[in-house]
Amino acid sequence: MDLHQLLSGIDVRADWIGLRYVKENTGFRLVRDGKPEANTRESKQGVMVEVLVNGQFAYYGTSRLDKPGIQAAAERAVKLATAASKYSLHSFGTDARPVAKGSYSSPFQTAADAFSPGELSDLLIKATAELKVSDKVVTTNAMARTVETESHFVASNGSDVEQKYLMVSADYSAIAHEGSVTQKRTDGGLLAKSYQAGMEVFNEADVLARCRNIGAEAVELLTAEECPTGTMDLILAPDQMMLQIHESVGHALEIDRILGDERNYAGWSFVRLEDFGKLQYGSPLMNITFDPYVENQFASYAYDDGGLKAEKEFLIKDGLLIRGLGGMESQLRSGINGVANFRASSWNRAPIDRMANLNLEPGNSTQDEMIAAVERGVYMTSNRSWSIDDYRNKFQFGCEYGKLIENGKLTKTVKNPNYRAISNPFWRSLKMLGNRDTFEVYGTPFCGKGEPNQIIRVGHASPLCLFDSVEIFGGA
Amino acid sequence: MEKLFKQINQTIMAELRDGECLGLGFGGEQSAFTRINAAKVRQIGNVDEADLGFNLILNGRRATGSISLSGDLDEDLSRARGELQRLRTEVVQLPEDPYLVLPESKETSRSEKHGNLPDAEAIPGILLPAMGNVDLTGIWASGRVYQGSANSSGGYHWFASDSFSLDYSLITPSEKMVKATYAGTEWDQAAYEAFLADSITKLELMSLPPKKIEPGDYRTFIAAAGVSDILSMFSWGGVSEAAIRQSESCLGKMRNEKVKLSSLFSFSEDYSSGFAPRFNGNGEVAPEKTTLIDGGELTNTLVSTRTAKEYGVESNFASEGESMRAPSMAAGSLKESEILASLGTGVYLSNLHYLNWSDMIGGRITGMTRYACFWVEDGKIVAPIENMRFDDSIYSFLGENLEAVTEKLQINPDVGTYDGRELSAVVCPGMLLKSFSLTL
Ligand SMILES: [Zn+2]
Repeated sequence: MDLHQLLSGIDVRADWIGLRYVKENTGFRLVRDGKPEANTRESKQGVMVEVLVNGQFAYYGTSRLDKPGIQAAAERAVKLATAASKYSLHSFGTDARPVAKGSYSSPFQTAADAFSPGELSDLLIKATAELKVSDKVVTTNAMARTVETESHFVASNGSDVEQKYLMVSADYSAIAHEGSVTQKRTDGGLLAKSYQAGMEVFNEADVLARCRNIGAEAVELLTAEECPTGTMDLILAPDQMMLQIHESVGHALEIDRILGDERNYAGWSFVRLEDFGKLQYGSPLMNITFDPYVENQFASYAYDDGGLKAEKEFLIKDGLLIRGLGGMESQLRSGINGVANFRASSWNRAPIDRMANLNLEPGNSTQDEMIAAVERGVYMTSNRSWSIDDYRNKFQFGCEYGKLIENGKLTKTVKNPNYRAISNPFWRSLKMLGNRDTFEVYGTPFCGKGEPNQIIRVGHASPLCLFDSVEIFGGA
Repeated sequence: MEKLFKQINQTIMAELRDGECLGLGFGGEQSAFTRINAAKVRQIGNVDEADLGFNLILNGRRATGSISLSGDLDEDLSRARGELQRLRTEVVQLPEDPYLVLPESKETSRSEKHGNLPDAEAIPGILLPAMGNVDLTGIWASGRVYQGSANSSGGYHWFASDSFSLDYSLITPSEKMVKATYAGTEWDQAAYEAFLADSITKLELMSLPPKKIEPGDYRTFIAAAGVSDILSMFSWGGVSEAAIRQSESCLGKMRNEKVKLSSLFSFSEDYSSGFAPRFNGNGEVAPEKTTLIDGGELTNTLVSTRTAKEYGVESNFASEGESMRAPSMAAGSLKESEILASLGTGVYLSNLHYLNWSDMIGGRITGMTRYACFWVEDGKIVAPIENMRFDDSIYSFLGENLEAVTEKLQINPDVGTYDGRELSAVVCPGMLLKSFSLTL
């Protein structure tokens, strides 16, 4: 299929026309207790035809990839844009779609087809055997997800961007049960081990060692004490900081949310347009970057789906909010500086403001210094529960595994650790920040937003963090 | 679309080799979307898509997949043959699957529901003028949704349905909100305008100065829209038989420790409303009604044929994930006119938001109040409340703290569009709780 030829063959009157072809193959393998649960591959392809007429964009997503199909889609999109332009929320010019030319290929060492279906399935079977460290482990799961994506964007202003990705996510989990206690441990929670990488992720020795540890920790939690209740210090591991950054920074800084687009679904934001350049979001230790070029991070790319070139930018510098998460449309609507984050989940959805790689930059403290600084507190790792309000203020998060910290030392393991707080006061209570040795990179395929709904991949990296005086509690 | 599905089905099934069993699943939609912010058009577009799922079984092994369909028969046959070939190469490499379910249901069914929907280009003009000066944000979705299933034993099902929905929030200048969904199959301009006018009237109540309440346990009324969010949690670590067996269900306590919920709480999978098709991905047809919780006792779970085979129980032809497709909670006796008086002093919650298990095995759910939520004193609405976080166990609020259930049932259509436009709806009443824990 020649996208340039399809574009030049379109005969409609529009100020701008864009075609975005996406082909994505998602392979998914799941083994439970040594037996195959799923061996599947979803293959999707289609073209998003977008036009600008009278200041209004309209789209037609079609799986018909031939010339008549694209022409019909463009004609319908022009009719929709013309009809809607009487009621436009904002009248856009062609500057909403900058000229973009370039390409991107995600890094990997071992190609997707280097592992046969049989080999990968065998590894997952071995993984479930390793997870079952004792009879108390009642359920084991090993899962591998590989995504191969090609996107090609061409537009009437000369834009031409090809981006190719190979992305791998894996998770290994064990459920342990004894008496009336049930505990689950995974490999970092929330499919956090999601990377732009190749099949080198499935290094057998490494996978099996991790599985033994996951199984052992699930069993350890069966006899662990309940997490204590009280207001005390909290140290969060980077795999929980992923969710903390995502929910209480990322979504709050999306300019389309601040402009109200999401008020009927994901919600609004406590951040207002006038807060940029003024709001002390967190303690001076807090530096948040939009960084599309971290090696192997899950949501790296060169251009967003509107054609804006992706660059690293500070959104929060020394705790001060300075920039928003908004692509060209949001920047034009709001007058606020943004980033290249106008992204669509696939060919069948129009782009909106999304997170991509959104990271907390490392500080200077070692892990030992941070633990030594805590008189009484809890260390928590691996997210298992998440909920936050529609303004991104009042959150409650739970983790799989906790450790009590007493007089500067990690002591007993605790189960069902939870905490709740309000975003700005919480981030202002960040009192120690781990150094680069504590910095870890994670991602997740599952961020939901938008009407119609879209699930998109995001990446978050963070060092270890110590927060002062947080409300902490245990299970049911 | 059905013609395309039938032609691919006939051709591909005829090309199967000895020993191969195949199930095909068709899904598609022709959808018009209009995204609205501040009663203006934010984004508008159409999406036409269709996909074909494959479930290939050979020698006790299974490989599955799906492809996008273009709508052109020759192109799609070529893609379908390519996918079948890929699955043949893969299936022989996979381990044997002891819980394999052969797609051998021979049942057939056909349902096509035609509605009366506005043209996509007409939508802004028929929706927006009636909004006047109110700040309305939301999503219009309309068009036809298709589902089909066929297998190499001759089973065949087809379901097509037209529908529209306008799911919206109305917002006051002080940022208080009311939520509503106008949905149906036959567009009626006058009925739409009356429905919208009614929600604008409700918004006026929200202009009272808000009251901030402290964390604590409160007498609480949760309206049907909020109850439907709670019931939807049972699709995730809830009524699935596999989840209970694998220690990943909030209902494990009911099975293993014989814990009961309130006798006022009865809950079933009930297809009689007709929103969702009764056939699953294997072409198996679920009973019209399966009672799951009856008077507070766990009587049935959702059991797929795969789970049935693994644990030696009987299948009720649930989908492979054993999630609910037609959740329905039984009505009670609390009259609409008596809700506020029965609540007395406490909180009235119209909607909830962002629910999650804070302790799945313990049955504890956390989430937020959202939209029209009020402080009520002596049976009278006094003020809207600031949004609050709740964190409470189903074994309390659906147990001894469930005081009454409303007489009126409400249909709450699922307007979700992640995997395409959803077809289901939650049918449920509102409920009055003696105590509900608000924590932040
Ligand atoms: Zn998200």
